[in-house]
Amino acid sequence: MTDATSGSGGASSLFTVDALTRKRNAAETRFRAYGIIAITVSLLFLVILLGTIIRNGMPAFQQSFITLPVHLDAAKLDKNGNRNPDDLKKVTTFGYGPLIDRALEVHVAELGIETPFTKAKELNPLLSASAAAIVRDQVLASPDLIGKTVEFRILASSRVDGYLKGRVTRDSVARDKSINAEHLDLADALRKEGVLTKGFNWDFITGADASESRPEQAGIGVSMLGSFFMMLVVLIFSLPIGVAASIYLEEFAAKNRFNDLIEVNISNLAAVPSIVFGILGLAVFIQFAHLPQSAPLVGGLVLTLMTLPTIIISTRASLKSVPPSIRDAALGVGASKMQSVFHHVLPLAMPGILTGTIIGLAQALGETAPLLLIGMVGYIASNYPNGIAEGFLNPNSAMPAQIYEWAKRADPAYYERAWGGIIILLLFLMTMNIIAIILRRKFERRW
Amino acid sequence: MKFAKLTASTLAIAAVSAAAATARDNVQVAGSSTVLPYASIVAEAFGENFDFPTPVVESGGSSAGLKRFCEGVGENQIDIANASRKIRDKEIAACAANGVTDIIEVRIGYDGIVFASDINGQSFAFTPSHWFNALSPEVMVDGALVANPYTMWNEIDPALPAQEIQAFIPGTKHGTREVFEEKVLFKGCEDTGAMEALVAAKGEDDGEAACISVRTDGRSVDIDGDYTETLARVDANKNGIGVFGLAFYENNTDKLQVATMSGVVPSTESISTGEYPVSRPLYFYVKKAHIGVIPGLKEYAEFFVSDDMAGPDGPLAAYGLVSDPELAATQAAVAEEVPMN
Repeated sequence: MTDATSGSGGASSLFTVDALTRKRNAAETRFRAYGIIAITVSLLFLVILLGTIIRNGMPAFQQSFITLPVHLDAAKLDKNGNRNPDDLKKVTTFGYGPLIDRALEVHVAELGIETPFTKAKELNPLLSASAAAIVRDQVLASPDLIGKTVEFRILASSRVDGYLKGRVTRDSVARDKSINAEHLDLADALRKEGVLTKGFNWDFITGADASESRPEQAGIGVSMLGSFFMMLVVLIFSLPIGVAASIYLEEFAAKNRFNDLIEVNISNLAAVPSIVFGILGLAVFIQFAHLPQSAPLVGGLVLTLMTLPTIIISTRASLKSVPPSIRDAALGVGASKMQSVFHHVLPLAMPGILTGTIIGLAQALGETAPLLLIGMVGYIASNYPNGIAEGFLNPNSAMPAQIYEWAKRADPAYYERAWGGIIILLLFLMTMNIIAIILRRKFERRW
Repeated sequence: MKFAKLTASTLAIAAVSAAAATARDNVQVAGSSTVLPYASIVAEAFGENFDFPTPVVESGGSSAGLKRFCEGVGENQIDIANASRKIRDKEIAACAANGVTDIIEVRIGYDGIVFASDINGQSFAFTPSHWFNALSPEVMVDGALVANPYTMWNEIDPALPAQEIQAFIPGTKHGTREVFEEKVLFKGCEDTGAMEALVAAKGEDDGEAACISVRTDGRSVDIDGDYTETLARVDANKNGIGVFGLAFYENNTDKLQVATMSGVVPSTESISTGEYPVSRPLYFYVKKAHIGVIPGLKEYAEFFVSDDMAGPDGPLAAYGLVSDPELAATQAAVAEEVPMN
């Protein structure tokens, strides 16, 4: 036999590559190339995706302001002259609006800027509609300001803001009803004088949602709180229930038909579309249990249902990965079954459980569909909750629902904010996933 | 045991929250996504000027809003339904069956529906007949009813540009669809004479239903989402013509050009004079039983129709609402809480 391979015919040698080997090697090279192509394509998509998000979303973190000295005319704001808070409240934002337009007109004249505008009202398109509310709030907080000239930092309107960011151009406002090119000329002049400035937009991160007519004021802060309270509910309910269920199923439950059925159903539950949980939540929590609509508590409960299967499956996997020898050793020295589980198995499985929980939470954080049905999409995240109970019970939105809502609104400035919201949401998700990875790397033990 | 404690505390939290869940101090509104922008502007100003918390306004469509509105009376039911069409008798009956009897109807103004295409494309001057001929499954050709043969606009009327017919119209869950059917398709059906032929062929009811049905070969696409989706479709398909609200178009004049209808350019002025034919009233409906129970409900309704908000110089008109000439009557009706019928 040895003769046959080494001698006659010179059929094969390890040093000369025959046709078959060449073919196999070529197949392997091709396969590697496919792999590299696949990775390159997916990386390319990732880069395009992230690039688009950042390019579209970054402008939302910048905001234009107009610094304006406003004369708080006592004759208009406090007709009785007694600074009585109840009387002051009777002057609505509609009373403050003309005051601010007039202040801008005066300021523009003081700076010596030539404008074709003759009426103060014509300058209004430069200012955000929120200006009146800002001034009114400050006056109500300190009535002493009335009669004085006070400097306010007022938001510029969404069109002017867009002009500074390059989204709005002279061409694009050509047929715009709310602003024209002369306003943009004035904006240029004000920018030169340092009245119109662009700065970092903290209000976008901390602020509340705004109405359709003033995107410049809208922020994601309140819906971030909504998401936070929802995640708290999810954590409080799904971690203990999920862990207890999986310990029971994994360690104590007898192997029988009934328990098999439960197992299959948990796996099925993990695959149920999230909107189904929304319908369930509407029927059970709102219509049957009479919990308040649009409340983070209900949102959290719905997301708990969605997260439970994820947590149970990952907890059971990490319990399973603890070697039986640990249990046997504990039982061998006289521990009860429960002691062996809680003293030995559970601590060893903890990193896996936490990782599963964090990934489940991250999934719940990004979920919008079930929230559509329990009334968390719309103009909702407008009030900051006062305290913890209100945080759970007062109507609020959630970050993904807020982004969805913004993307629907007519003003293109809202579209920009939607992308900005996506950046913040992605940062949260990335942080959570990184924590999960660190936990797994650091604490997971392998046998 | 740690777990026992955890579970006990979660149950306690649940119990406390369920008990606290009975009091509601903010107005809850749901319904039409066309009315949502106006309602959100009012809600925001309401929150700024009154001591009540800012009302919550959900979207979801007129029908969905009215369905929820009619589910009953109580703190966990909504107080106001926004609608871009009048409430139907069927819905009033459903309301009554659930104990929602005294409903206050408030008309806030008018909204125009416009037909717009890509800014760089060709411009259109439509009549309702054009739209009927473009979208109906059966049209009149040379006096006979035939399956719709048209694929290009200029085949319908040589005056229209040579562009493929591709329309993005609101889906059936939108109140806008109803107006589109009534004021455009039905009108076109009558004008082209197809109405008589269809009624003769199918009987009165089926004939009229056939008038407002649309072809299903992909030339007309139902958009169930919002106008942003319609805009994205028009953006992707430069031949597309979308149906939008006037306010949405006015916010996106850099991307869209508007078509005239029967020779009239849509604007708040031409709609308020009634020249522009495709417009509809917008409403909201208030549960009278909730007034006095939910703080701020009546104040919100009154504030909505006040001259400051809904008047011709108010912020709603600035956003695109066509002010109601009979606003004073509406204000009086709201102040006196006059229910429907």
